[in-house]
Amino acid sequence: MKRILALARKEVLHILRDPRSLAVAIAMPLGMLLLFGYAIDMELRSLPVGVMDLDHSQTSRAIVRDMTAGGFIVDAGRIHSRDEVERGFRRKKFLAVLVFPEGMDRDLANGNSPTIQLMIDGSDAATAQTVENYLSAVIARKNIEILREDLGDIKPPLEARVRFLFNPELRSPDFVVPGLTAVIMIMICALLTSVAVAREKETGTMEQIMTTPIKPSHVLIGKVIPYMVIAVLDATLVLLIGRVVFHVQMAGSWWILAAYSLLYLFISLALGLLVSTLAKTQQVAMTVALVATMLPTLLLSGFLFPISGMPLVLQWFAHIIPATYYLEVIRGIMLTGRHWYPFELGIMIVMALFLMSVSMRKFRSRLD
Amino acid sequence: MIAEVETKRALTIRNLHKSFGEVQALRGVDIQTKPGEIFGIIGPDGAGKTTLMRILCGLMVPDVGDVDLLGFDPVTQTHEVRERIGYMPQRFSLYPDLSVVENLRFFADLYLVSKEDVAQNEPRLMDFSRLQSFRKRKAGALSGGMKQKLALICTLIHTPELLILDEPTFGVDPVSRQEFWTILRDLANDGLSIIVTTAYMDEAQLCDRLALMHHGKLITQGTPDEVTRAFGKRLLEVRSPDILRVRRGLDALHLPGINVHRFGARLHVVYENDEQEEAIRLTCHGYGAELEEIAPSVEDTFVALLQDQGEEAV
Repeated sequence: MKRILALARKEVLHILRDPRSLAVAIAMPLGMLLLFGYAIDMELRSLPVGVMDLDHSQTSRAIVRDMTAGGFIVDAGRIHSRDEVERGFRRKKFLAVLVFPEGMDRDLANGNSPTIQLMIDGSDAATAQTVENYLSAVIARKNIEILREDLGDIKPPLEARVRFLFNPELRSPDFVVPGLTAVIMIMICALLTSVAVAREKETGTMEQIMTTPIKPSHVLIGKVIPYMVIAVLDATLVLLIGRVVFHVQMAGSWWILAAYSLLYLFISLALGLLVSTLAKTQQVAMTVALVATMLPTLLLSGFLFPISGMPLVLQWFAHIIPATYYLEVIRGIMLTGRHWYPFELGIMIVMALFLMSVSMRKFRSRLD
Repeated sequence: MIAEVETKRALTIRNLHKSFGEVQALRGVDIQTKPGEIFGIIGPDGAGKTTLMRILCGLMVPDVGDVDLLGFDPVTQTHEVRERIGYMPQRFSLYPDLSVVENLRFFADLYLVSKEDVAQNEPRLMDFSRLQSFRKRKAGALSGGMKQKLALICTLIHTPELLILDEPTFGVDPVSRQEFWTILRDLANDGLSIIVTTAYMDEAQLCDRLALMHHGKLITQGTPDEVTRAFGKRLLEVRSPDILRVRRGLDALHLPGINVHRFGARLHVVYENDEQEEAIRLTCHGYGAELEEIAPSVEDTFVALLQDQGEEAV
């Protein structure tokens, strides 16, 4: 115990003597949170749509008015020729164009069904889909309105009434901040611990420590304690900023979230230790820690893309990423208020024990 | 430094072998050292000295052979061995961002040295290493010689019975090296057993006993006198303002049994009989060089032994 404390105390001195590394440990997560928090805004708004109105009728003007009323779509201006359509798409002046054919109003009055053309820039598939859905809905609503004028107060035979549960306004931060917490925590933990151990290997001090009677596992524990504190601080800060700046909702208990988060931190630190037992230099440790945590967590944990939509092989990968399970828990607690996750908890405990025991076993007090 | 040692041996090494893949670092090493003696392992880089030191403190496991260190086996009784030794690796292995006293106390804690013992040992160690006035200085800001002294006292804080020093004076200025050896001598006089490696031949003379190591083998061992007595040949030292020319002249003689090698700013010429001496003297006088017959040093012996081995191999 005295030996572990001696190591921990020494590590604290290292951290305090090198304010830059401390600044990185604190500033990096905050910077990432703010950057990602604002950049990964999954809400779409103010999408520019051009209008080519060859009819100049009441109906066409009414549709444009309906379309831009919600703020989701803005009118990108009138288009007068086919050439302008082509140019506008290329210059990203608009994402979509509505073409009202000449004589549309007249055809309607005569009982014919005129065709409104809708052209959408498909290069951003997700956005294109959303715009299509939105514009189709606008036109469908207009159809009912027109039918009502002719036939009196009719109702559509089937009507869907949509209500989004848990995140009623579909606010992006409620979704993004928990995910970012998962990414930032594992990244910082793995990075700090792996570099701390690799540094001692690189400078040869590990060899010196190893020839003292301290147990190898105690070396690791002593070194990890200060970084655990920093990681807890980081996690608290990230969630606090999520709450204060991004106004994330919290349906469940902060304390229960803290308990799950501590387990996740433990996994992250163990991962960092595992990296450090394999890496001989700080450079390698840093690279491996970043690549092994950041990309998989960002891309495969279900943070940005739903796991069910991934190819089978990537789904398997997703299931060995700790963040996949933590994300399930943190989103659940914050959005639904559910507190008990036996499956995720079990897997996370197994992961923690596995990573810890592997890194402890790999870290011997011998050089060969 | 130590009260009593029951065993007469500090360290016994028998038939030690160690390979790294194709490379044979140790090829059968046998050593016996006594308590309270400075045993030097002298050899060039790549001789296997560091591997041997690492095996002694349990950092590596030998392929063949066994080690008895103060009655313990470093492979199976690593913990017991490590409680009783102080090990100073080849590279400076302390924390440059910690101060002198912080480094020292860190190691005191790792060895579980009690507060009272630290209070007693610290001033004494600071005193004889003359680091007292640098207590608060960061280790990274110390000179090379002071760094080595700090590393030394960090290995002494728990009053070990045996000290393992791997090239402790490597890259240190001559004055500090001398001071370092004076400290080692004092420690040995207090009863501490010391195993020290070095590539500096002049340090060999300062050991109680020594072994010459080359390519993973000990080519001879004994006291410095015993080692140089094994030389068995005669030696002339040649001094000249232009020794390169003298050397070319001697090489041009092509006499069998004569070996010429540089020794600092001088030449050492090893030969066997009067006939050869005559030829050497004639040549050297021709270049206006001065000659003196001298007693061989450890380095002369080492070079001569290596050349003998080379001839045997051919």
